[in-house]
Amino acid sequence: MTVGQTEFTDALLNPDLAIPEGLVDYMGRPAGKRFDVYRNNVIVSLIDAMETAFPVIHKLVGDAFFKAMAGVYVRLHPPTSPLLMFYGKELPVFLETFEHTQKLPYLPDVARLELARRDSYHAKDSTAIAPEALANIAPDALMGASFTLSPVMRVLSSPYPILSLWNMNMIADAPKPQPGAEIVLLTRPELDVEMQMIDEPTHVFLSTLTTKSLGDAYEAALGIQDDFDLPKVIGIMLGQKIVTEINT
Amino acid sequence: MSDTNIPKSRTMPNLAGVGYKAQHLDGILKDPTSIGWLEIHAENYMGDGGRPIAQLKHLRDMFPISCHGVGLSIGAEGLLDKDHLARLKHLVSWLNPGLFSEHLAWSTHETNFFNDLLPVPYTQAAVERVVEHINQVHDYIGRQMLLENPSTYCAFEESDMSEIDFLNEVVNRTGCGLLLDVNNVFVSATNQKYAPHSYIDAYPLHHVGEIHLGGHEEDADDHGDTLLIDSHSRQVVDPVWELYEYTLKKSGSRPTLIEWDNDIPSWEILANEARMADKLLADTAQVAAQ
Repeated sequence: MTVGQTEFTDALLNPDLAIPEGLVDYMGRPAGKRFDVYRNNVIVSLIDAMETAFPVIHKLVGDAFFKAMAGVYVRLHPPTSPLLMFYGKELPVFLETFEHTQKLPYLPDVARLELARRDSYHAKDSTAIAPEALANIAPDALMGASFTLSPVMRVLSSPYPILSLWNMNMIADAPKPQPGAEIVLLTRPELDVEMQMIDEPTHVFLSTLTTKSLGDAYEAALGIQDDFDLPKVIGIMLGQKIVTEINT
Repeated sequence: MSDTNIPKSRTMPNLAGVGYKAQHLDGILKDPTSIGWLEIHAENYMGDGGRPIAQLKHLRDMFPISCHGVGLSIGAEGLLDKDHLARLKHLVSWLNPGLFSEHLAWSTHETNFFNDLLPVPYTQAAVERVVEHINQVHDYIGRQMLLENPSTYCAFEESDMSEIDFLNEVVNRTGCGLLLDVNNVFVSATNQKYAPHSYIDAYPLHHVGEIHLGGHEEDADDHGDTLLIDSHSRQVVDPVWELYEYTLKKSGSRPTLIEWDNDIPSWEILANEARMADKLLADTAQVAAQ
């Protein structure tokens, strides 16, 4: 009796299905536990990949809960690519409806922060402009200039204190999170991802700057904060090496 | 593609290497002479940039590198993933590894990737698709691939040829080389109740470009028979060292990798495993010189 790969993989992911009859031991007896080695390898290795991807979620819910939850997740969302370093993208949406985590409504956004960190870590390398490059542009021309921002940059906004939750779980002696919204800017000035909290006007400024001129972005920020500190924000952008090009 | 059209690998030293883990970087840099070469899992270096690739570019300048794929799914019933082939070609082109290898196994079916090396039945139909896939890899990537023998736990009722006959036909028809995993030989031989030394005796050793050694775990099947599991989670056991020595006497020295991917030990423990392999390699070279 032949065993096709559809039959093999169906049984692999679903332990309630019978092991294909054409799989045997060295004497031709049913494979039994021998097939379970593959079942176990697949599930355990994918749960491990989830643990690597989501260390803060793992700490927040505890090891036993995480493994059980990841076991449900990996059967619902098996990987669709051999690049396991990008596995787990559907976890935030999964957590929004997973019945056992409804009392922790901040979990999906913490998972989004972990995914954003990982994406930034693996993002394309780019060269930032030298801070002096900015000084060489005439002030009039500068306001009409458009900025190209680094592919490593991410901004994540949440009604929950996601960065404080991350810090509390990953950094010794970090302060306890206070309730409230947080907006996180992720950058990678060298090879390590750095995260910092930004305010709403800075968020509006950065997102406007991705499609419009510096003047437009400044105006949009001024619309919600009339004393928006443009030099300070530009200082952060240069320090974090997120400006890769200025087109005047 | 015929044998002569495939560029041969850059020479790799007949020394021990280790599977590269980022946590060992400090230990490696402290004493680079303690190791002859490094092997990387191709899939870990397929991101767009950042630290993993920066590290590998640095290591590439210090050590010969072997590029070991774990996700191409050579034994799949379906077509090879073109996107994955393109990523592999890109990596191989900038890395220029001394060796490039993949597995006699499958891991992708339809749109799903299973992250395990799943078994292939030993039949003519399976030979045909493995040959077709390896020819495709050779044509597309433009270098010789080594094919690794699997660890097997169960068998297929439909199999009607030996693993050795299967490998021989694939090698003869594609011009690929072989990666002989001596631990896999021991695991499969124990699980399928044949003599590991007889397997080595029958194996086409002159096609071997690389040897793997690794640790396994011991379990039992439904009938209480020993069931070994290829876990790469511990030291190489004595019977595998002995089988390795037996192999070297017949094959001569070959680049030999210590694989340790789970429960990763300190650099000192791993480097010591490599030293043990280096000692056996040196003994082999000495005997050959006499």
